[in-house]
Amino acid sequence: MDSKIAKQIIAKRVAKELKDGQLVNLGIGLPTMVSNYVPEGMMVTFHSENGMVGMGGAPEQGEENEDVTNAGAQFTTILPGGAYFDSAMSFILIRGGHVDVTVLGALEVDQEGNLANWIVPGKMVPGMGGAMDLVTGAKKVIVAMMHTGKGEPKILKKCKLPLTAKGKVNLIVTELCVIEVTKEGLVLKEIHKDTTIDEVKSHTGAELIISKQLKTMDI
Amino acid sequence: MNKVVSPDQLKPLFKDGMTLMVGGFLGCGTPHKIIDILIELNIKNLTIIANDTSFADKGLGRLVVNGQVKKVITSHIGTNSETGRLMNEGKLEVQLVPQGTLIERIRSGGAGLGGVLTPTGVGTIVEEGKQKLTIEGKEYLLELPLRADIAIIKGSISDEFGNTFYRGTTKNYNPIIATAADVVIVEAEQLVKIGELDADHVMTPGVFIDYILGGIE
Repeated sequence: MDSKIAKQIIAKRVAKELKDGQLVNLGIGLPTMVSNYVPEGMMVTFHSENGMVGMGGAPEQGEENEDVTNAGAQFTTILPGGAYFDSAMSFILIRGGHVDVTVLGALEVDQEGNLANWIVPGKMVPGMGGAMDLVTGAKKVIVAMMHTGKGEPKILKKCKLPLTAKGKVNLIVTELCVIEVTKEGLVLKEIHKDTTIDEVKSHTGAELIISKQLKTMDI
Repeated sequence: MNKVVSPDQLKPLFKDGMTLMVGGFLGCGTPHKIIDILIELNIKNLTIIANDTSFADKGLGRLVVNGQVKKVITSHIGTNSETGRLMNEGKLEVQLVPQGTLIERIRSGGAGLGGVLTPTGVGTIVEEGKQKLTIEGKEYLLELPLRADIAIIKGSISDEFGNTFYRGTTKNYNPIIATAADVVIVEAEQLVKIGELDADHVMTPGVFIDYILGGIE
């Protein structure tokens, strides 16, 4: 599948998880695309960890304000009703459980809900930024990612990379399927119409429990 | 008492080996004119405490590129490839701290607290070497306070007493680091007379500020 289409599928499906009135933090990259698919008439407030709630879209050309940026250092806008604050307040919102949903990418995620997305020792050391706090504090943690990386499974029995947080992931959304992390293990809830259970299994490095109510992915 | 100074009057304050806190989030809300002064002075062996190491050509990232930094305590270095390169060559010590933990360590440093207990990092390599406490059945890490010799902050509007207002997302670390250093310098985008900044709009009370580099729009 074309990766652009795959990412749209993921973003559209994640958007269906959002509920009216929620405060949501979207990670940089694919997770940011989720904001394009919030259903009409639904009020979702986006949080940006550098210090705002009520984040809007990118400004029109020529309308950029150097005092209004997002967590990826891009110019952004604030919607009516939004608010700015300092980093202590920003992480009170995050760590204190006031953020309803956080959507992040992953290098690896495992069947215990462990997430690794901040370091590949010796190769890539960007730092954790706000990811550890987001995953620890948000009420619901959604991993939004391509199902495999360079053909290798990213959903594993046990993460090999250093963890971002232990046992915090609730839902995994990929271009192939939707997986819920439960005490019993990973439950396959939905699969894309163009794939099969066997194909999903072949790209997954962990045991999957097939839901009795397995559905076609709702996108 | 006159807190308003020129760049030349600030220069004697900065010395080799100092610990500096620098405001800003990827360069937004960073006191760029004070960074210029540090580059010009070329003081070395600095320990920098800041959210990130910005970009190679922006903000405090320039201090890293210029070889002036010995150690950084930060949450993110991914946007400045020079930080990673110097770290891998053993020329720069990098202590990575979760962003919410970093800001609370600074806040506790400024607030006279002995540290903070946070669940962030439990079960990860961040917990290595740290005291773990169980409070009402939940595990927390004890994270210790941070302070600096000098904090350099960027204000959108300051009055001549140092009362400061920050616009938009320039707040980030600025109001917090202003509480946690022996000397605090604000670079004011707009400098106004005492009384011209409404007391209700003050985000950092002037009592925290020692020096003001002002009117640099």
